[in-house]
Amino acid sequence: MIKVTGLTKDYGARRAINNVTFDAEQGEIVGFLGPNGAGKTTTMRILTGYMPPTEGEAIVAGYDVVSESLEVRRRVGYLPETVPLYTDMTVFDYLKFMADLRHLPNAEDRVDESIEMVGLTDRASGFIGNLSKGMRQRVGLAQALLHKPEVLILDEPTIGLDPGQVVDVRKLIREIGKERTVLLSTHILSEAQNICDRVLIINKGKIVTEDTPENLQARLVGAERVILRVRGEADDLAKTVSKVKGVESVEARADGAIEFEFAPGKDVRPEVAKIIINEGYDLLEMRPVGLSLEEIFLELTGSESRS
Amino acid sequence: MKNIWTIAKREYDHYFSSPVAYAVAFTILLVLGIIFALNIFYYAQNSFQSFGSAPDVSSITGAFVFMLVLSVPALTMRLVSDENRMGTLELMLTAPVRDAEFIIGKWLGGFLFLFTLIAITLIYPIILNNLVSPGIDQRVMLSAYLGVILISASFLALGVGISAVFSNQIAAFFVTMSTFVFLWWLVGFPAGILPSGGEIFQYLDMKTHFYDSLNVGVINLSDIVYFISLIALGLFTGTTSVEIRRWR
Repeated sequence: MIKVTGLTKDYGARRAINNVTFDAEQGEIVGFLGPNGAGKTTTMRILTGYMPPTEGEAIVAGYDVVSESLEVRRRVGYLPETVPLYTDMTVFDYLKFMADLRHLPNAEDRVDESIEMVGLTDRASGFIGNLSKGMRQRVGLAQALLHKPEVLILDEPTIGLDPGQVVDVRKLIREIGKERTVLLSTHILSEAQNICDRVLIINKGKIVTEDTPENLQARLVGAERVILRVRGEADDLAKTVSKVKGVESVEARADGAIEFEFAPGKDVRPEVAKIIINEGYDLLEMRPVGLSLEEIFLELTGSESRS
Repeated sequence: MKNIWTIAKREYDHYFSSPVAYAVAFTILLVLGIIFALNIFYYAQNSFQSFGSAPDVSSITGAFVFMLVLSVPALTMRLVSDENRMGTLELMLTAPVRDAEFIIGKWLGGFLFLFTLIAITLIYPIILNNLVSPGIDQRVMLSAYLGVILISASFLALGVGISAVFSNQIAAFFVTMSTFVFLWWLVGFPAGILPSGGEIFQYLDMKTHFYDSLNVGVINLSDIVYFISLIALGLFTGTTSVEIRRWR
């Protein structure tokens, strides 16, 4: 649904994005993750036909974003970073206006549906200027959903929402992402981890890496790390575990649990469990600790930006 | 075409929720009302001396176009630059709307607003028609109103074009006003001074296309061509500058 090849955009002498290549299939939610100024918005603006790239090609919903821009724009729903709203209009009038520009048949029904999807039914006749930031964000989202677009491009969709609304909006995006293609940008890592099928990490205009959130974690973790907790005092537990073949390091934690590591692919957990039971401990917990996406992110982007 | 209408309609509605538009409408109608009343009053005082001609519609339309020079910049300054400020330009440029449709829609919205004002001023010719005998010259009235409509449309097109060039409303206002002042007062001067070759300046001078012809009942093709060229120039400037924005 989205196919981007060698996309480059220069603003004067500054190169905002450099040779960006990726694609997204139907029914996939792809997260664009990166620090501010990494080129997320620029990429999205090119994909939505707002501006042409300096070099490279982008095909969205089967059409070229430069030569068939109008066809692309018909099929894309876009929520820009600064939510574009006419504050002097009511929520309903604004959405009706956008629905008319998209030539939607039974526009009013579509408007009502969209308003309901984002939970603004009771504010439909209120002026946008009187809405809070979170509500405005939802009006923007309703605008992007009006025409049931094949491709949904959302620039920071949950920014400014309160925690309850964040959950609702994420649920909504996941729902939409089942059938359609969603490309969203965020700098909140848990969000990418939460909603996205695939994450693209972009920094300084280049895609640093691309994978599922789970694989990203697995790839970047040098060794598997497991937390182990037993009932009661466990002074000798560390010693017991370290006797197991394949365990690389054992570390006692302040809270009484221990952490041990083993090489990826050489899972020693069954052996550890057996020996613990045999030694007479009551096993309470044994769970893997992955590097959080935060740590991965810093690892991928931080070293570069610090240098 | 449908998009042009959708955008024009929104713009038209917007004027009625905007204080600027009410201020402009109020001032224009007030000034015209005063001028009209003074004209009638003055004529009534002096008519027995068979001095001066009976007031006709050109006194209203002449004053109206003068007011346009001052008020259209206020009506057009925000048309595109405000969209840029509010971030809605991004919405318009990523909606399935051609850049030209966007600009023409903006222009048409402004034009419909002015057209409403023009329609309201029709009460003056109607009153006049009842006051003077044997009534006013209907053909002069139609020609003068055609002139007002053409000038409104030209000014608005130039205003929309200039508003698209500038990201700032105030900058758009001053440049629009300067352009009108230039076309209305300044461009005609060289025609009177230069020994030869002054015709081009004469042709560019907007007031000669109105006061000397349309406002007194003369419809020349060259005048119509002049105004339509200005409309095309304004809309072309607007569309091009929106396109240029994309490439920046």
